[in-house]
Amino acid sequence: MILELKNIQAFYGNLQVLKGVTIKINEGEIIALIGANGAGKTTTLMSVCGVVPPRFGEIYFMDKPIHNMSPDKIVALGISQVPEGRRIFPLLSVMENLDMGAFLRKDKAGIKQDLEYVFELFPVLAERRHQSGGTLSGGEQQMLAISRAIMARPKLLLLDEPSLGLAPLIVKQIFEIIRKFNTESGTTIFLVEQNANLALKTADRGYVMETGSITIQDTTKNLLKNEEVKKAYLGL
Amino acid sequence: MREIIKSFTVSIWFMFLTFPIMVIKVNTIEKTIEWRWERLIFVGIGSFFLSFLWRYLITRKESGIKKAEAGEEIKQPLSQRFFEDRRLFFPALGGVIILTVTFPLFFSSYQTNIMTNALMYVMLGLGLNIVVGLAGLLDLGYVAFYAVGAYCYALLNYHFGIGFWAVLPIAAAMGALFGILLGFPVLRLRGDYLAIVTLGFGEMIRLILENWNKFSFGPSGIANIPRPTFFGYQFSFDHSFIYIYYLMISLTILTIFVVNRLQNSRIGRAWIALREDEIACQAMGIDIRKTKLTAFALGATWAGMVGVVFAAKTTFVNPASFTFMESAIILSLIVLGGMGSIIGVILGAFIFILLPEYLRAIEEYRMLVFGAAMVVMMVFRPQGLISNIRRTYEFRSSKKQ
Repeated sequence: MILELKNIQAFYGNLQVLKGVTIKINEGEIIALIGANGAGKTTTLMSVCGVVPPRFGEIYFMDKPIHNMSPDKIVALGISQVPEGRRIFPLLSVMENLDMGAFLRKDKAGIKQDLEYVFELFPVLAERRHQSGGTLSGGEQQMLAISRAIMARPKLLLLDEPSLGLAPLIVKQIFEIIRKFNTESGTTIFLVEQNANLALKTADRGYVMETGSITIQDTTKNLLKNEEVKKAYLGL
Repeated sequence: MREIIKSFTVSIWFMFLTFPIMVIKVNTIEKTIEWRWERLIFVGIGSFFLSFLWRYLITRKESGIKKAEAGEEIKQPLSQRFFEDRRLFFPALGGVIILTVTFPLFFSSYQTNIMTNALMYVMLGLGLNIVVGLAGLLDLGYVAFYAVGAYCYALLNYHFGIGFWAVLPIAAAMGALFGILLGFPVLRLRGDYLAIVTLGFGEMIRLILENWNKFSFGPSGIANIPRPTFFGYQFSFDHSFIYIYYLMISLTILTIFVVNRLQNSRIGRAWIALREDEIACQAMGIDIRKTKLTAFALGATWAGMVGVVFAAKTTFVNPASFTFMESAIILSLIVLGGMGSIIGVILGAFIFILLPEYLRAIEEYRMLVFGAAMVVMMVFRPQGLISNIRRTYEFRSSKKQ
């Protein structure tokens, strides 16, 4: 097991957002966390990466407790995050953005290798490598954000709403690449998504979240057949 | 044609606006009113031409932007070409070096003094540039560190008789310490809020120096601070100015060297990331607390050192030298020169400090010219005179394409 959340409870001030979330992620899996607006999906991710540390409960990454660590230490352990809304560095060029992703790494050869890999995954970024990040289109920015996270060579990649504000065609393309990256590199991916249909088709297992707790967990095959999920999230 | 009509209305409007102050002159003693109609015409013609020029420049600038959007080849800005073309850059650099080294030989000690002053602001600007230009933390209380350095020398010398050279590193360390002291409470602040707190911090230091009589001798300040010595040798009054000038040059070169190295280092990259996006910065595994504190500390270090030089140069310190106006000047010279760019800051400091000195002839209009220059700058070169030339990374694929 690469990541284990044990009964996480997180608060914003006095407001309890997570009411005991338990998630287990095995190595090499893609896990999808779906749910409505305000269910606590993003907060769950934030708890994992230390930005919103849980008030109760424990998080273990490769059997190491990380719930009391600061965000930079957690990144150093090998959890890399694509924040919600992309958050690329707008004035830095694509190359510099990618270079920032490898901030904690010192192996120059490895960085170069990953850079080539990223440009293979997203050829459009190679074309635009000297353009500043802010001038890219939304889809390209998302690709850049994902690439930047890959540049850290993570063991676990956290993706927060990669479909946010993008055209359906580009969303599909991005999900395909996420899948491809997972099979090629074996990196575990924890995906938080509102687009339940695509997320469940991409992932291996899924968790459904409702107002701060996990209500359903199953393989995505079963979830896609689940009547409740169909009605609430797939609009069928 | 439309432009002319527009400019014409502007001039009419200006004539109307300035009518009360420019035309009517009331003589209160003789109780007569003097009408100076000829001035109205001057105002009209002047504003017409200025407005016309303004419009012309704006359209030119906009057409330039359109060209860039259309993907047409635009030539690199002159400044950038200048720094990239080595045949131009090195001779120019050599010229500047020769000029700076021989400057005191050809010019009077008054001129040397002004240059020393400008160099001090170069150093202050470069220090603040770390905080504002690189890390993007708006610091309006930078003068506090300057004051810390100056008082550090004044007090240590007064009480313990410690010399200039011994105090220089102590003041640098004190500057860094105070930088961290300011940094801690503002770790979570950003933008306007940060600016307000830093402004308050700067005022706090000044007020403490002003009111804590037993510690800092209050508004009367500390006098008879010795000038720096050269391996124990004390220069005469005139020569010491030249000595301080050379001292300042070497300190400035040190600053440029260190700041340049910092900019291209890991910590420099972290600062730039911090300026761009704090959340993304965290996601990259950058320790925000540490990064901010080092920015404040390393920025303040230079101010502390310049403070010592300032105290040694004027041989007198009092709190009146460290008002908010100083912070504002340092900040504006960075903005004028180009945020985050070392050469820009140097140029900005020279313009900002030397111009007022040489414009003494028209002293009354100095601030007016200044204000106008700033407005023109913000419209035509919002990124500063010389914008930051960042290193571009070149990617070479190891595979044949």
